[in-house]
Amino acid sequence: MFGYILRRLAVAIPTLLLLIIFSFMLMHAAPGGPFTQEREVPAQVLANLEAKYGLDDPLWKQIVDYVWGILRHFDFGPSFVYPDRSVNEIIAAGFPVTLTYGLLSFILAVVVGVALGAAAAVRQNSWLDYLAVGISIGAQVLPNFVMAPILVLIFTLSLGWLPGGGWSFNNPDYWIMPVIALGTSYMASIARITRSSMLEVLSSNHIRTARAKGLPERRVIWKHALKPALLPVISYLGPAFVSMITGSVVIDMYFSTGGIGKSFVDSALNRDYAVMMGVTILVGALTILFSLIVDILYAWIDPKIRY
Amino acid sequence: MTKLLMSTALALSFALPATAATVADGDELAETQEYNFWLLDAIKTTDPQLNTDVEGSDVLRQLFEGLMNEDLQGGMVPGVATDYEVSEDGLTYTFNLRPEAKWSNGEPVTAQDFIYGWQRAVDPANASEYAWFIELMNVVNASEIVNGEAELDTLGATAIDDNTLEVKLTKPTPYFIKMLSHPTTFPVLKSVVDEHGDDWTQAGNLVGNGAYVLTDHDLGVQITMEKNPEYWDADSVILEKLNGITVNDINVALTRYQSGELDRVDIPAGQYPRLKEEYPEEAYSLPYACSYAYLVNLSDKGREELQDPNIRRALTLGLDRDIIVEQVLQGGQRPAYNWTHWAMEGFEMPEIEMASMSQEDRVAEAKRLLEEAGFGPDNPLNLTLNYNTSEDHKKIAVVAQQMWKPLGVNLTLNNMEWKVHTDRMQEQDFELARYAWCADYNEASTFLDYFRSTGSNYGEFNNADYDALLDEAVTSENPNEQYTQAEQILAQELPLIPIYHYAQVDMIKPYVKGLPFDNVMNSWYGKDMYIAAE
Repeated sequence: MFGYILRRLAVAIPTLLLLIIFSFMLMHAAPGGPFTQEREVPAQVLANLEAKYGLDDPLWKQIVDYVWGILRHFDFGPSFVYPDRSVNEIIAAGFPVTLTYGLLSFILAVVVGVALGAAAAVRQNSWLDYLAVGISIGAQVLPNFVMAPILVLIFTLSLGWLPGGGWSFNNPDYWIMPVIALGTSYMASIARITRSSMLEVLSSNHIRTARAKGLPERRVIWKHALKPALLPVISYLGPAFVSMITGSVVIDMYFSTGGIGKSFVDSALNRDYAVMMGVTILVGALTILFSLIVDILYAWIDPKIRY
Repeated sequence: MTKLLMSTALALSFALPATAATVADGDELAETQEYNFWLLDAIKTTDPQLNTDVEGSDVLRQLFEGLMNEDLQGGMVPGVATDYEVSEDGLTYTFNLRPEAKWSNGEPVTAQDFIYGWQRAVDPANASEYAWFIELMNVVNASEIVNGEAELDTLGATAIDDNTLEVKLTKPTPYFIKMLSHPTTFPVLKSVVDEHGDDWTQAGNLVGNGAYVLTDHDLGVQITMEKNPEYWDADSVILEKLNGITVNDINVALTRYQSGELDRVDIPAGQYPRLKEEYPEEAYSLPYACSYAYLVNLSDKGREELQDPNIRRALTLGLDRDIIVEQVLQGGQRPAYNWTHWAMEGFEMPEIEMASMSQEDRVAEAKRLLEEAGFGPDNPLNLTLNYNTSEDHKKIAVVAQQMWKPLGVNLTLNNMEWKVHTDRMQEQDFELARYAWCADYNEASTFLDYFRSTGSNYGEFNNADYDALLDEAVTSENPNEQYTQAEQILAQELPLIPIYHYAQVDMIKPYVKGLPFDNVMNSWYGKDMYIAAE
C-alpha cells in the first residue's frame, strides 16, 4: 500500500509538469495577449510591458523560469491584469471562498444524495422510491444556472431573507444560496448512483445469506449493503469533490462570490497567463491528489482490492 | 461681527463653484449617507497610472484629485489647481495649486506629486498601458521617454515652487485642460510608493488626495471608500461612504438593485421600455460618449470590392438604423450617420446627406450602387463580419445580415472571443469588423483623431485632406468648421459604417442626488452627491 502511494506520487510529478507545459503552450498559441486592448498599445510600451513580465524571452525560457519560480519560492508570479496582485494573492483570496461553499455543498450533496438513494432502493417501488427518484430527477434538470436565479427570486426578491450575492466569511447568510445551487445536481447524481448500485447489491448473494442468517434488516442494510453499494459513488465523488471545491464559474459569476472559479475563465479570456497557470496547477494537483485518495478509499471499502 | 464672518464664508463658497455637494431646495438628508454603486468586474488596480478601465477611473476619481474636476454638466472646474495661465503660443501652462490641498496622511499636495505621477505614466520601467495619454497631451519629451530615448526628468513638467506647476507642450493642444480630470494625470505621493512598492495601492497603504480614502478592497467582491477628513473641502462633503459592489452579471445586478442592495445599475439590453413603464422615476437613458460602427478594412489585406467607395456607401445606406435603435436596443440610443457622438461638448452635428433621406430612398440607392458594381440578389457579394461575443452585437449583426440580403450582400457572421477579435483587427485580418470608440475626453477630436492616418485606425484609412483638417483644427478659433468638414470626408469615404451613438441606460434610486446626468463622460464624484431622505 505504502509503496503504491509512493509510486502514484512519483507519477504525479511528471503529470503535473506535462500539464504545465501543455497549458503554457496552448495559452500562448491563442491569438491576442494580456496587453491586447481596444486601443492598440504603442509598440514601445508593449515592449516595455513584455520586458517587465519576461514575455520577451523565448517560450522555453519562460516555462523554465516559471517552474523554477514555483519550485524555489512557491511563487506563481505576478498577475498581468491585476498589476497590484500576485497570483499567490489572487488564489489565496479566491480559493478559501470556493473551498468553503464547495465543501459545504459536497457534504450536503453526499449526505442527502446517499440517504435519498439508499432509502429509495430499500423501499423500491414504494411511494418513497418514487418521491426520491422524482426529487433527484427534478434536481438533475435544474442545473446551477437555473437553480441560482430561482433561489434569488424566492429568498431575495420575494422573501427578502438572504442577500442576492456577495461574500462574507463572517456571515453564513451569504453561503446558503451558493451551497444549494452548486450542490443540487451533484446530489441528484449521487442519489441515482446510490440507488442503482444499492439495488444491485441488495439482490446479491451475500445479502441473501445475511438475511437467511436472520440478521435484523437494519444491520443488513447498514453493515452489508451500504458499504459495497458506495463503491461507484466514491469513484464519482473524487472528481466531483475537486470540481466543487475549486468552484463553479456559474456560482462565482451569479453570486459574485469572488471565488477561484471565475478566475479560471477570466484569466483565459484576459490572457492572464500567470493566473491561468496558477489555477490550472491548483486544480491539476487537487485532481491527482483526490484520485489517489479515492483509490485508497477503494481498498478500505472493498477488501478484495489489493494494490 | 458674526454677520461679517458669515458673509465672508458665503463669498468663499460662491468662489468655488461646483466643488461640493449642493443640497436641492426641499431635500432633506437621509440619516445614512452611503452610496452603493455597481461594478461589473473586479477593480484591476487602484494605481492611477496603471488603471485602464472605466470602472477603475470611477473609483480613482474618489480616491485622488487631479488638477481639474468635471462638474455635473461636464465642464472643467478647479480641482487641486485653483487657476492656470496659458502662454500666448499655447505651449506653456502654469497651474496654481491650492496650498490647503492635503494627502490623506496630512502631508500637503505639491507640484512635485503631479510631476511624479506623470513620470510614472511615461516611465518605461513602469510600463503603463496608458502612457499614450500623456503623449496625447503633447507634453514635451513624453514620447521620447516612453521610447527610452530620454531621461525621466526631461518630461515637460516642472515645479516652479511647491504650489506652482509648469507644463510645456510640443504643440498647442486645445483639449489639454479637458484631459486633466483623467486618472492617468492624477498626483501620487512618492514616499508611499517607495515605502510599500507594488503594494502601495492596498487598502491601508494607499494615500490619496481625493475626498475619500480606500478602507477595504476585497478583489472582485467589494471596494469600500470612506470620507477623507484631510480632504481640503471635506466640510462640504456629505456622502460618508461609497461601496462599489461587484456583480458579474448585468441581470443579477438588476435583481440586486430591486432587492435594494444597489443604488445604481445598468439596464440589460431591451429591458428599458418595460422598466421605464414600471419605474418611471428610476429608469434613465443618458447620452454616453461612445459610437458603434462596423469598420471596413481598407488595407491591402482587405477585400478588393470594399476598396470601392460606392460599395461601402451601399452597405451604409442599406442599414435601417431606426430599427436597430428602436427595436433591438430600445434604450434611447440614437441612429448614427457620422462618427463623433452627438453630445460631445461644443460639437455641432454635421449635416450628413444620408441622414435626411428616407429609408426607401436609401435602399433604392443602395440597390442601384450595387447593381452598378455588378452585384445583386442573383450575383451576391459575399462578405464576412467579425464581432466579439455579446448578445447585443449578435442581434445587430443578424439584423444587418437580413437588411443587406435583399440588396445582394451575403453576410457571413464570424463571432469570436474579444481578444481574438481585437488581435485580428490589429493585424488587419478582417473584412468588416464590429467596433466602438469611447471618448477619452469631452471634445470631438477624441473621435476624429482615430481616423488619422497615424491614428489607431485598424482599417488603415489614409486621407491627406482629413489629416490636414485635423491639424488645422488644433490652432483654429472654431474647430467645428474643420470637424464638420472632416466628418463630411468620412461620410464620403466611409472607412466605417456608423450605426449608433451610445446611451447610458440605468436604473437609479430616486434618493441618489448629485449624479452628473448632463455630463456625457458620465464622470461622477462622491463629493458632489448626497442621499436624500425618502
